[in-house]
Amino acid sequence: MALLEIQNLTVEFQTASGLFRAVDNVSLTCDRGEILSIVGESGSGKSVSMLALMGLLPWTAKITADRLAFDGKDLIGLSPRQRRNIIGKDMAMIFQEPMSSLNPCFTVGFQLGETLRIHMGMNRAQRRERSIELLKLVGIPAPEERLSNFPHQMSGGMSQRVMIAMALACNPKLLIADEPTTALDVTIQAQILDLLVRLQKENGMALVLITHDMGVVAETAHRVQVQYAGQKVEEQPVGQLFADPHHPYTAALLAALPERAVAGEKLPSIAGVVPGQHDRPTGCLFAPRCAFVQPDCHQGARRQGRELGEALCNYPLVKGVPLDHPAFAVKEGA
Amino acid sequence: MLRFLLGRLAILIPTFLGVSLIAFSFIRMLPGDPVMLMSGERVMSEERHAAIMHDLGLDRPMPVQYLNYLTDVLSGDLGTSIVTKRPVLGEFLSLFPATLELSLCAIILAVVLGVPAGVFAAVKRGTWFDQSIMGVALVGYSMPIFWWGLLLIIFFSGYLQWTPVSGRISLMYFFPPVTGFMLIDSLLSGQPGAFRSAFSYLILPTIVLGTIPLAVIARQTRSAMLEVLGEDYVRTARSKGLSPLRVVGVHALRNALIPVITTIGLQVGVLLAGAILTETIFSWPGIGKWMVDAVFKRDYAVVQGGLLLIAGVIMLVNLAVDITYGFINPRIRH
Ligand SMILES: Nc1ncnc2c1ncn2[C@@H]1O[C@H](COP(=O)(O)OP(=O)(O)O)[C@@H](O)[C@H]1O
Ligand code: SF4
Ligand SMILES: [Mg+2]
Repeated sequence: MALLEIQNLTVEFQTASGLFRAVDNVSLTCDRGEILSIVGESGSGKSVSMLALMGLLPWTAKITADRLAFDGKDLIGLSPRQRRNIIGKDMAMIFQEPMSSLNPCFTVGFQLGETLRIHMGMNRAQRRERSIELLKLVGIPAPEERLSNFPHQMSGGMSQRVMIAMALACNPKLLIADEPTTALDVTIQAQILDLLVRLQKENGMALVLITHDMGVVAETAHRVQVQYAGQKVEEQPVGQLFADPHHPYTAALLAALPERAVAGEKLPSIAGVVPGQHDRPTGCLFAPRCAFVQPDCHQGARRQGRELGEALCNYPLVKGVPLDHPAFAVKEGA
Repeated sequence: MLRFLLGRLAILIPTFLGVSLIAFSFIRMLPGDPVMLMSGERVMSEERHAAIMHDLGLDRPMPVQYLNYLTDVLSGDLGTSIVTKRPVLGEFLSLFPATLELSLCAIILAVVLGVPAGVFAAVKRGTWFDQSIMGVALVGYSMPIFWWGLLLIIFFSGYLQWTPVSGRISLMYFFPPVTGFMLIDSLLSGQPGAFRSAFSYLILPTIVLGTIPLAVIARQTRSAMLEVLGEDYVRTARSKGLSPLRVVGVHALRNALIPVITTIGLQVGVLLAGAILTETIFSWPGIGKWMVDAVFKRDYAVVQGGLLLIAGVIMLVNLAVDITYGFINPRIRH
């Protein structure tokens, strides 16, 4: 049984102009020891779906799911207290903005020790020892001195390392990393990714890595879930996804990778933006930006089977060619 | 931190000069002079009036009077009361504890009720609880002190006969002042019932004086809290599985207190201004009442010296607030 199993998660926000569906029937699984990457442009509901799992959304969010199971327990039936015993301990999360994610009024030692005290009941000496061990683990030099530092005395990369140390404090079974490198300098980005992958391997924990960067996916993930405008549009193991993307959105994301650009040509980017609350199209949400759009796409998009990456598309690509597409059928026939 | 403090101290000098000049000229702008008011209904000859004015040095040109006054002040001499002939500083020191006791009780009341009220209102924002607290705060904020004091006296002292109307303690009790704080001195005196009596005399003035600071602090706490609750580090605290009490009461409140402390400091000026009215209503023998009496008697020395001392107290408190601020906000400390 998978460590994490989400079935048909939907998140709707109450806004001034009515309900807004940020996550739309998303299903997702992650096995023990696996790195699952959730990828999609900004606004695809990646963060919101994982925040819903952690129970960190504001009260304006209405969350429904058929199943929200972690480590054999269904989280939906749990009381808030039972849920708090799991998050921060067995399931931990780090965020996009490391600098603002640490409390400016407390030292690193305080913020690390707090988790250890609440979940592990450690005394002061044990907490100090474990904190130093954790800071060493995430590659922070002179950990004893860091303990008395305040967040404003640290760089972004250092803060993210502290966030990782905090998340790992209780040896979680699952770590959710929400764009952990997006806010960092390019040189630091690679270091933090390497660190996450190394820790994941050493601890045998599952890692859900949220990113909008296909390059990051290629370097780290085992399996990839592509999300668009709150919907899951494709899911494949990483090798197959890069070799044969089935959803036109996935294909477009891959085509935008610098490594794939033909020398001398301008890098292709996907025209348009992810639809938000007010410009949500009917039918296939990707239709306004899709190169293969057909009239029936405005009625809706069909979910394909496993063999086609569960692509949410009426004309899934196979080796770059849309299946049963009228335009291409004619060409083949001729 | 040291540079920060030196900077604060440097501002004191021009402030001090300004206050002394204002105090000096303000009281001389009022019609009438102390000699005339002292003679009262009795008719005084022109020559005698001029002779006394000459003795008091009040016949010299204004700039000369001011410079003389300034040299006296700088050598530590605040002059003697024209009416009682006692040193201004001595009178101030003997009356100040009464004002300090009243002000401390008022600010404690305001903080103890205002901070939790603001926190709860922020946590329950938009509910009837939030709206009623903020409604009450708005009323409290715009309450005219004189009217409010009379209203409370009429109801609690007049109608219910629960509390006494004027003074600091029942005339039944007499003991020499030790600390000058009636609550403490009454305990030290060992006389049965003395503390109860002192306490009952303090209740209404404390409420009257504390109302405006209470309203201001509640509103400031609420808005600071609302801002802080949306910060990333509050989400991090929740992601650790901490209880809501700890998230709000430790992680959020500690940050929200930074602007609240500043507000509390600013209330000291409001408090001393309010003390003047409150002491007059309740015949509370403090410096507020002392100053009002001095203004009516044109006791130049007392008004000048009193204003200067009050300004000094306000500046000292603000300095203390700045230091506290440095301690509570690590970004200033380092
Ligand atoms: N608290 C909220 N209230 C209303 N809308 C929100 C809230 N949080 C996120 N959203 C909306 O939900 C959508 C998905 O957001 P998010 O999950 O952050 O996207 P991603 O992480 O994929 O970039 C966005 O359109 C965003 O504006
Ligand atoms: S359903 Fe149609 S519009 Fe949507 S992605 Fe597939 S081909 Fe494009
Ligand atoms: Mg995001």
